[in-house]
Amino acid sequence: MENNKDMFTVSIYTENNIGLLNRISAIFQRRHINIESLNTSPSEIEGVSRFTILVNIPEVQIKKIVGQIDKQVEVIKAFYHKEEDTIYQESCLFKIKSDLLFEERQIQNIIKDSNANIVTVNKEFFVLEKSGRKNEIDLLYKELSVFGIMQFTRSGRIAVTKDEMKISKMLAAFNH
Amino acid sequence: MNFKGSIFMRMNTETIKEQKQTTGTTHRITGCEAIVRCLLEEGVDILYGYPGGAIMPVYDELFKYQDKLHHVLTRHEQGATHAAQGYARISGKVGVAMATSGPGATNLITGIADAQIDSTPMVCITGQVGSHLLGSDAFQETDIIGISTPVTKWNHQITKASEIPEVMAKAFYIAKSGRPGPVLIDITKDAQFEEFDFKYEKCQAVRSYIPVPKINSKDIEAAAELINNAKKPMVVWGQGIILGDAEEEFKAVIEKTGIPSAWTILGASAIPSSHPLNVGMVGMHGNYAPNILTNSCDVLIAIGMRFDDRVTGNLATYAKQAKIIHFEIDPAEVDKNVKTDVAVLGNAKESLAAILPLLNKNSHTDWHNEFKKLYEIEFEKVIKNDLHPTKEGLTMGEVLNEINIQTKGEAAIVSDVGQHQMIACRYAEFNKTKSNITSGGLGTMGFALPAAIGAKMAAPEREVVAIIGDGGYQMTIQELGTIFQTKVPVKIVVLNNDFLGMVRQWQQLFFDKRYASTEMTNPDFVAIAKGYYIEAKKVTKREDLKNAVAEMIASENAYFLEVRVEKEDNVFPMIPSGASVSDIRLS
Repeated sequence: MENNKDMFTVSIYTENNIGLLNRISAIFQRRHINIESLNTSPSEIEGVSRFTILVNIPEVQIKKIVGQIDKQVEVIKAFYHKEEDTIYQESCLFKIKSDLLFEERQIQNIIKDSNANIVTVNKEFFVLEKSGRKNEIDLLYKELSVFGIMQFTRSGRIAVTKDEMKISKMLAAFNH
Repeated sequence: MNFKGSIFMRMNTETIKEQKQTTGTTHRITGCEAIVRCLLEEGVDILYGYPGGAIMPVYDELFKYQDKLHHVLTRHEQGATHAAQGYARISGKVGVAMATSGPGATNLITGIADAQIDSTPMVCITGQVGSHLLGSDAFQETDIIGISTPVTKWNHQITKASEIPEVMAKAFYIAKSGRPGPVLIDITKDAQFEEFDFKYEKCQAVRSYIPVPKINSKDIEAAAELINNAKKPMVVWGQGIILGDAEEEFKAVIEKTGIPSAWTILGASAIPSSHPLNVGMVGMHGNYAPNILTNSCDVLIAIGMRFDDRVTGNLATYAKQAKIIHFEIDPAEVDKNVKTDVAVLGNAKESLAAILPLLNKNSHTDWHNEFKKLYEIEFEKVIKNDLHPTKEGLTMGEVLNEINIQTKGEAAIVSDVGQHQMIACRYAEFNKTKSNITSGGLGTMGFALPAAIGAKMAAPEREVVAIIGDGGYQMTIQELGTIFQTKVPVKIVVLNNDFLGMVRQWQQLFFDKRYASTEMTNPDFVAIAKGYYIEAKKVTKREDLKNAVAEMIASENAYFLEVRVEKEDNVFPMIPSGASVSDIRLS
């Protein structure tokens, strides 16, 4: 069905300019679309930023939105990808009472089994880091929440695509 | 004092030469002088604006440069944007508006949004509080970059004088290139005072921006094949023809193929109204034939238009039987509203020139006859009564008809928004391109009076007639002050029915005549015009119309004409909101 929603990852290569985040987020806001997650970072090209945005909408709509994003003057190129076309990860941090590490043996097993890393430990609390797919992080959260979590935060999705995105070529063409 | 002697007519070649000599060399100047110098480098001769605290240094420079650059003081910043739009629409050049920070800047927003949706090239310059005050809720501080972001093609805040030349060059390049649009540049007061070495280079390209997509010859071939095999092809053209300077190429294509061609409201005047292939306007109050036959054609060729909902009516029943070809400069418009079979990206001038040799000669006589038959029905039921009424009250249509006759279709018609706008666009005769200046996409009441000022200043040799309703007129009526001060000889026609007529029409048709807040108790418009020392007259009877229009057109000065028209006339044909184009009503 044309109107069935799917999860799409949007990759946007941009100039690194003030206000561009506002301009891009306005394109979603205006169409009453909730952004599931958003990440901005440098890209593989010096001076070029990369946005990774996750949205859950029909494909016919994401096509139009990527067109609107691509049209912005400071956007070099925008793409959208289906789940199977990307390799993606999220990252999260848990702050948990240190006592629990010794009182609840189970926690050590959870840490081991989930491939989470202990970032720091002090008398009061320890910090656990985990990168992975959304469902892995969800599971870890569920398991740890039984013992009490002092703080939890999670990053937006970051993703690389299986196919090439020819940004360097596009920029090289401009320089000639 | 007459218009021809006013200061902005005195730009002479010497001053232009003088400017050119400075290009490429460096001079230590202030940011505010640099702004003025950038405007001169871009060939700006007139700008519209309103001074205030945060832009005062620039105004001080405008005072010094007044022999080279004419600043027109409007009576409201919104008026400045519409005047800049009128200037841009009639000339194809970039319109420039200037305002101070805070309320000055926010008052520009309506005009900017209008320019964005109607693809009008415009550069707005706003003053901003000093950079050390940004974010402190300083006096007249507002986040104009944040506010204007969704309605600008590009915007940028300058906090250092050294950024000015590059950013200004980019602003003009972006506003004018590709699909044009408004750009806003916000400049902090400290950047205006700061000194730096000025050097100007015009912008030729921006690496993240492709203004015109490359034409794909395969698409041209596919489009040509569809057109050549079509039995009932129909063209719907939009403003892309005018913005792309493609009038000649367009005429060549339709004349060779003989395809009946209809226009969107902003496409009007690209070819003369009397052209035999011109079959009228599409859309909500467009002509009967092109709307009905949209749902009969076998190939619909859309050129430089964007399938606005006022054009398509219900999308689910729009041209479903037809193959759709879309000639378009903006890739984001392709498949946005109507799924195309062949999209030809590129500017209309090049695409149409490229396709011309591939097209077969044709005349489509039988198909044209279908248009003629439907036109006759529309003429009998609507047009005749609009243009040559036999009832007592004056119609808007007969006023337009009289203006057509007396200007010989040579005038630029600047219309506001509402019933009079639909009548003006339906009936105005256009012999020249860039002659229909109206607020299409945004539907901004108050547009016409200031836009007419800008249009007349950009094209002083042309007759510019503003057609305005009594509602919209009062939204920017203060611009009479601008007309008085500059002596710009615009002709202003207010079609007064003491109603917000279009809303009243909808109330009559769809809300059981509950006329909620649409009746207007109007002032003495003639007295108001005379208060600004503008010649003014009021017509209430048919027998006085001809002479009154003649007197207005003959006047060398600004002239105000109020015509009292029938209070409760409706505009037909009409596609009710959400209905199909083929369900267009004649009454």
